Formats: sequence, C-alpha cells, structure tokens
Amino acid sequence: MTDRVDQRVREDRSGLSPAVLAGAGSFARSWATAVIGSSYVPMTRAEVAQHLQDLTEMLVEALFASPFRTAPGYEIGSRLVDAHFTGTDTLGRTVQLLGDDLLVELGFPGDDRLQSRLAALQGALAAGYARALRERTLAEQEAIRAAVLDARDQAESMLRASEARFRAMFTEAAIGIGIADIDGRILDVNQALQDMLGFSVDEMRQYNVRDLMHPEDAGSVWRLYDQLIAGECDHYRAEKRFHRADGEQVWTHLTLSLVRDDHGEPQYQVAMIEDVTDRHLLQNRLRYQALHDPLTGLPNRALFLERLGRVFNNRAKHVRAGLCYLDLDGFKVINDSLGHDIGDQLLVEVGRRLDHSVSGEGKLVARMGGDEFVILVEGSSGEQDIVDVADRVLTELEAPIRIAGHELSVSASIGIVERQLSGTTSADLMRDADITLYWAKADGKARWALYDPERNAKEVARFTLSATMPRALERGEFYVEYQPLVRLEDSTVTGVEALVRWQHPEFGRLAPDRFIELAEETGLIVPLGRWVLRRACEEARRWLEEFGDAAPFVSVNLAVRQSRDPELVRDVKQILDECGLPPHHLQLELTESAIMGTADEPLEALRALCDMGVRIAIDDFGTGYSNLAYLKHLPVHELKIAGSFMEGLRAENEEDPVDAQIVATLVQLAHALSLGVTAEGVETPAQAARLLRLGCDTGQGWFFARPGPPENIDSLLRGDL
Amino acid sequence: MHDGLERFELGWGERVERPNWAPGDIDLERPSVARVYDYWLGGAHNFAADRAVAQKTLETMPELRGVVLNHRAFLRRAVRYLLAQGVRQFLDLGSGIPTVGNVHEIAQATDPGAKVVYVDIDPVAVAHSRSLLGGNDHVSVLQADVRDWTGVLASDEVDKQLDFDEPVGVLMIALLHFVSDEDDPWGMIGGYRDRLAPGGFLAVSQAGYEADEEPDASKEARRIYDRSVTPMTLRDRAGVTSLFKGFELVEPGVVRVPAWQPESPADVGESGQRFPGYAAVGRKA
Repeated sequence: MTDRVDQRVREDRSGLSPAVLAGAGSFARSWATAVIGSSYVPMTRAEVAQHLQDLTEMLVEALFASPFRTAPGYEIGSRLVDAHFTGTDTLGRTVQLLGDDLLVELGFPGDDRLQSRLAALQGALAAGYARALRERTLAEQEAIRAAVLDARDQAESMLRASEARFRAMFTEAAIGIGIADIDGRILDVNQALQDMLGFSVDEMRQYNVRDLMHPEDAGSVWRLYDQLIAGECDHYRAEKRFHRADGEQVWTHLTLSLVRDDHGEPQYQVAMIEDVTDRHLLQNRLRYQALHDPLTGLPNRALFLERLGRVFNNRAKHVRAGLCYLDLDGFKVINDSLGHDIGDQLLVEVGRRLDHSVSGEGKLVARMGGDEFVILVEGSSGEQDIVDVADRVLTELEAPIRIAGHELSVSASIGIVERQLSGTTSADLMRDADITLYWAKADGKARWALYDPERNAKEVARFTLSATMPRALERGEFYVEYQPLVRLEDSTVTGVEALVRWQHPEFGRLAPDRFIELAEETGLIVPLGRWVLRRACEEARRWLEEFGDAAPFVSVNLAVRQSRDPELVRDVKQILDECGLPPHHLQLELTESAIMGTADEPLEALRALCDMGVRIAIDDFGTGYSNLAYLKHLPVHELKIAGSFMEGLRAENEEDPVDAQIVATLVQLAHALSLGVTAEGVETPAQAARLLRLGCDTGQGWFFARPGPPENIDSLLRGDL
Repeated sequence: MHDGLERFELGWGERVERPNWAPGDIDLERPSVARVYDYWLGGAHNFAADRAVAQKTLETMPELRGVVLNHRAFLRRAVRYLLAQGVRQFLDLGSGIPTVGNVHEIAQATDPGAKVVYVDIDPVAVAHSRSLLGGNDHVSVLQADVRDWTGVLASDEVDKQLDFDEPVGVLMIALLHFVSDEDDPWGMIGGYRDRLAPGGFLAVSQAGYEADEEPDASKEARRIYDRSVTPMTLRDRAGVTSLFKGFELVEPGVVRVPAWQPESPADVGESGQRFPGYAAVGRKA
C-alpha cells in the first residue's frame, strides 16, 4: 500500500517564468495522456494529472537550477514507482516524451545546454525509477514469500493441532480403538483398548484379529468380518466377548469399520470397542433377579414357564417330559399359628430339600409362589421316572424340620403329569398337573396322584353338570318319581318317597347321586329342594283329593344345606298352605349327620316343623354315628334303616345273623323311642318276610315297586296291580 | 479463487472433505487467482507459475491488463460512491492480494474510523493481508470460502468489525465469474442481503459479454484460465441484473465496467461499449 505521493510534492515554484510554468502545465497534460492505462494507480484521471504536474514542475526547476544537480531526476523516477506507476511502459513513454516534447513545450528547442541537462535528468529519472522498482519488487517478493511461510506455518500448526486433536482423540478416548490392516495384522491400539484387554500395544501387535476369536462368538460376527474384509460391507456392529490377558472375559459392543484407499479398495479396518461387561453383568443380575425367587433362591414361575416353553419349542417327536406340581399340606396353619417368619424359613428349607433331592441335567425345581413348587423333568422315559422323583421328594420331606425351637413335620401333595410332548401344550401340562395336585389333596394329602384322563373326564362332566344345573331347573329338566312305602303288616301303601331325577339333554336320565352333591356344593340344592317339595306336595294334594283317607303321605329328602336354610320353616309352611296339604301328609327325611351334627338353630326349625304337624324321618339310619341318648330328645317320628343292612336278610334259605340282629335291635330301639321303622332296599320276598317277623313297620324297595311316575302310584292305590 | 474444501471422491461414494488449511493448498507450482491478478495490476506478489499463466493469457488477449485495471478502478469508484452515501463499513469478498488502492485505504482516507473486513480463500493472500494490516484495528482479514455465507457472517472477524444495524457495503469485485451457477450465487447473495440493514449496498463487477459478442481471443484466454487457474462463469447483462434480487440498482444500473459512474468521459472511451464485463451497485430497499 502506497502513501500518497502528491502530498509530498514541493510547492516551491519560485524562479520560474509564467511562460515556463505554462509550458510545464502543457507537458504535464501530455505526460498524463501518455501514461494513463500503462499502470494501475489508485487515482482519478485528474489526480494523475495533478501528480504529474507537480513532478513536471520539479523537473523543470531542476533543469534550470544552479548549480545543476541530477538528484531531482532520480527522485522523480522513484516517486513514479511510489505512486504505483509500475508498468514498465510508463518509464519508456515518460523518457521518450521528455526527450521529444519538454524543451519544445518550455520554449527552448535546440538549447544544447538544456538538452544536455535534460539528458542527464532523464538518465537519473530512469535510474531512480529502476532502483525504486527493483526495491519495490524485491520488497513485494519478500512480502509474498513471507506470506507463504506464514500461511504454511498457519496451515501446519493447524494441521499439527488437528493431528494432535485426532491423536488425543485416539489415545484419550474412553472407548477402545484398534486399527488393523486388511490381513488382520493389528497396527495400533489405544490406551483404552490396552486397558480393556490387558495387553500392551506391542503385545497386541503380535496378534492377528482372528486370534481374538472367542468360542462364544456368534457365527455372524466372523461371517460379517469376512464380508467386511472382502469389501462387501463397510461396517457392522456386534456383541462380542474377548479374553483378557489375565484370563477374565470382557463383554463388548464392537463396531468394525472398513477404511478404503483412494481407489475404493479395502485398506484398513478400524474397531471401536466398548466395554459393556458391567452392564452385561448387571443385566445378568437383573435377569437372575427377575427369574428367581428371592426367598428360596430357586427359579421362579417366570423362569419355569420360560424353560417349559423352550422344552415345547425344541421338542422332537417322541420326546417326553414330566411335571411334579407340589403343594405343602397345612402350610397355612403353620403360617397363621407360628407367623410368617417361621413359614418363610420352612419354605426355604423345603426349597433346599427339593433342590437337594432333585438334581441333574434336564431337571428344574421352581417355586411357583406361596407353598407351591414345581419340578420339571425333561426327557423322561415314562411315568415311573416322575413317580420316582415324587417318592424321593416325599421321603426327603419326612424328616421333621427344626425352626426356632419348633419341630415341624410337613408333608406335601404332588400332582404328576408325564407324557409325550407332541400333541400337547405347556398350558395343558400345567393345567393337568394342577388338577392332579388337587386330586392328591382330595385323596388325603401326603401323597402323589398321577394324572388320569378318565378321572379328569368325569370331573369335567361333573363340572359341566354343576355349570348347567341352574338353567336345567329353569328349563324343567328335573322331574320327580315316587316309590311306595308299604306297611308290611297288610301291604298297604301308606306313603311315597319323592325322588328327583334329571333328564339331561346330553347325559340322559340322571339319578340324584350324580347331582345332589354338586347341588349342595353350588348351593342350588335350596331352590331345587324347594321345587321338589312343591311338586311332591302338589301330587300329595291330588292324591288326597282323589283317594281321601287312603291317600299316602309324601316323604321328601331334605339335604344338609336345606336343613340349615333359615327360610326352611317358612318355605314349608308356605308350600303346604299353597297346596292346601295337611302337614301330616308330609314327611321330611334327613340324614343322621344332618340332624345330629347340627347346632341349635336347625333343631329349632325341625321342632317348629314337627309342631306344625310335619313328620320327620331319619334317613339311612345306622350308617352314621348317632348319639342315641340325644335321639330321644329329637323331634323325630320315623327311622329309615339303611338298605345295606338288608343284604344279610336277602337269601331265601339262610340269613346273616349279625345283620338280622342289627335290624332287630334297631327296630327295638325305634319302638322303645316310640318311633316308626322303615326298611329301605327291600328287594326279595324273603327280606319282606323277615322284616315283618322282626317287627319292622314299613318296607320300601324294588320288591314292592321301583320309583316311577305319579300315575304308577295312582294305579297302586286303585288296586289295579 | 478455488474451492476451499477439496473433495475427494472415494470408492464407496462418500465425499471426504479436506480442510482448506491443509498444506497441499499452499502449492507455489500452482497459479493462484489472487497472485495472477496482482501480476496484472503490476505487483510483484507472485511466483513463476503465476507469472507464466498471466503472461500466456496476456499474449492471447493483450487487452486483459486493461480489463483488470478497470475492475480495480470500479472498486475505487464504488467505494467512494458508498462513502458518499454515508457507508462506513465494508465487507470485501474475494479481496485477493492487497496490491494497491485497497478498500481500507480509500475508505479510511475519507473516514479514519471506517471498518473493513477482507475475506479471501487463498491462505497466502490472507497471510499477506494480515502482515500488512497488523496495526490497523479497524480492519480484519478472514480466510473463508465466500460461498459459505453463514460461516462468513458468523465469523469473529465480521462480528468484531461490522455492525449490521448500520449500513454495510458488500463488495464482490471481479469475484462472481468464479462462482458457477451450480454454486447458486443467487442464494449466496441472498444470504448476505438478508443480513444487511435497509440502506446497505452490494457492489458487483464480473466478466461477461452479451450473447455471441465474445471474441475468439477471449475464449482462448478463458480456456487457459479455466485449465490452469480456476474455471470461469461469464454472465451477460441480464445475468448480472438477476444477481441483484432484493436490491434497487443505483444509476446507471448494470453497465459495462468502465461506464459505471466514470470519473471522466475519457475513462469510458470506445472500450466502454465493448468491455468484457459488467458492474453495478444496488441498495437494499
């Protein structure tokens, strides 16, 4: 950048005539025209003209100066360069113009002295110009070379900084980084990777990437590696384990990238390896916690179901498996009486014993929750395998368990299922094991039960019955049959027992033993019993109207649950009223246990019924445990001796003396208490004869008539038969 | 003015960008736009390779030196015009080697407080500028690719010197013939324009002809230049006019370079009608 030269041009114009000055001005204009465009100067045309005017005057002054000196010429040449008249044409045109025109313009053409002076000044100007231009050129060359060095320094320092940054990134990275060539030779590894694997760089350089293979590597890791090396993929991620120098293992996330050369050919491979061992172990621990029971340390339900699912997924044909579904007997009592702490310790010990007695490949003991455990046996050869396991477990549990000074004896019930896996599901297996466990409990506990498909079918049917019973009542699938109660003395029909039947749409005609117990369990016995009572009373009323004094009473069975129904008395009274049946035409039959085992309340109900005039009979007498002392205080009118005692009286030729004696005793007992006696299950004439001889009042059974529709009773009463 | 980021086409189709400060960029065997330009302006800030290309081009197209002088003279006139409009801040894009008649010299002659930011991609030109301007607090030099307008406008240098709430003169002198249409000069100019306050200016000069006007000598010179230095994109008057979207052109609009507000009729001369380049100044509305 140049300074403004025109500012420094001398203003002193003294000693020059106006004519000379005018000539100088004229020359300056010609000069400007000649040089403009020959160089770039940062001036307007007018500024250029002014600048050259100044230089012209300086030159003219020097021309006439005394003493004459050439220094101003030198100065002018120098100033032209300073003003950036650096185009070499500028000097040529200037020197030529000076020689051709200056003395003419000044009015001194042909003046030898001035001509000589001018030539000297021209030479000095050229020398000054050349010197200045040379200096300027050298300075600019120096400047541009310095600039190149600066720029290079700058670039190199940035490059060094950049390299240092990348080097720092490599060395300081928390992630392990390794570089290998395409043959797998390891070239460099960073500190993190050295720390991770426990090898130094030098040690690592002895290895090939393939030496880092781990037996647990997924096949895909090395398949992808081969593809990457072949240039078929540019990077991949994988989970990989490495052996450490100290023999430990490191779990990692590996990202391998391919670096290609300028032609796209594979050149290097770069591995980024993140140590995820802690995460892996944590995951394992979390997974362990998620899949194990914290109390016993045994696998939990989730792990068991997962394993069971896997067994089914991997199943081959004919592969079998078995389950023991185990539940401690009476555990709730221990828990409730001794506290949860003791209960928990008991479970821990039971878990330990189970684990101890069941070990080996393909066997899994799991706690399903509460006091339920399950044992899975994979690859069993038959039911006996599992039965053996169950026996071992039961034996193992026999020894009492001492906890906090208590000596606890525990037993367990076990449901066993064993079968071929094809054709079944894990859900089937679990459900059947559960059902079988229930059987073991129901069969008396402290035992195992083996799954039995027939028993299951029956239970299913039972379940089906109990489920369909409410609708069956609504749809009128129940009906009542009647069996005569016959006075042995004269074969008169004195009463009829009402017996309910179920015309099931699927199973056909069902006797009460198939559904009464179910009805008791479900509670449907109450509405069903009420319905039977009403049907029977309606029928009895009809007979009363038709046969008057010859009409029989009806005897209706009262289930235990009905006998305890607080509405019983009211229901009976209401039905009797509605049917218009005198109470003594109704007899209610209760079992011994229903009457004897009752508390006061039902007894009061019986008394109320008795007071009302309804007859009360004890059904199946002799099969339960009657309190005979109590019997005499009960509001009872009749004893019905169970049919089982009739067996010994059956044969025509001989009788069983024990049965005969029992029946005789019962008859005597009844009569002693002023009760009537009815014998059930009378099937032969011999029985009837013997019962009559023994003093029995009434008989009932096939010998007289089978249960049948009410019309059969009509016929009997009319004497049609 | 070559690309600041050399792109290497790699085998698998990704582009790796090498930073423009890599040493490979400072190659004295390779002509530089800035140094060739300096040579044409009579400077000695150049090397043999620069001079060889400059000479060769000149031989093919002797009038080229005058063309360069005219662009430089337009810079002076444009800056003086902007100063007269009250502009005291300048962003000189593609400033090159600071040979003579630089923006800060012109501006600070009028107002010593005038601010200038020089931007060039050539690391040598930038280093030279910095060494020359060491003591001038009102001037900064930024090495950047001017097409990266977001980077330029976000730079510390621009932030230090320029207040965009006040008028700024953006100068693109003899620059845009090095920005091809593919590089979207309209988008780039729009980026700078959007940053300007109303009353800011854009001054542009660039090489070009009207259709079929270009002489064979020019084509040959351009071929040399394209091959040896940097490819050029010529634009006709309409092309240059299209660059001023969002600006109001000041008198006399888009004209041949010497004809833009000449200091004397003689400066325009006969070449004014044939000059291979256009110039204009626009004011942001």
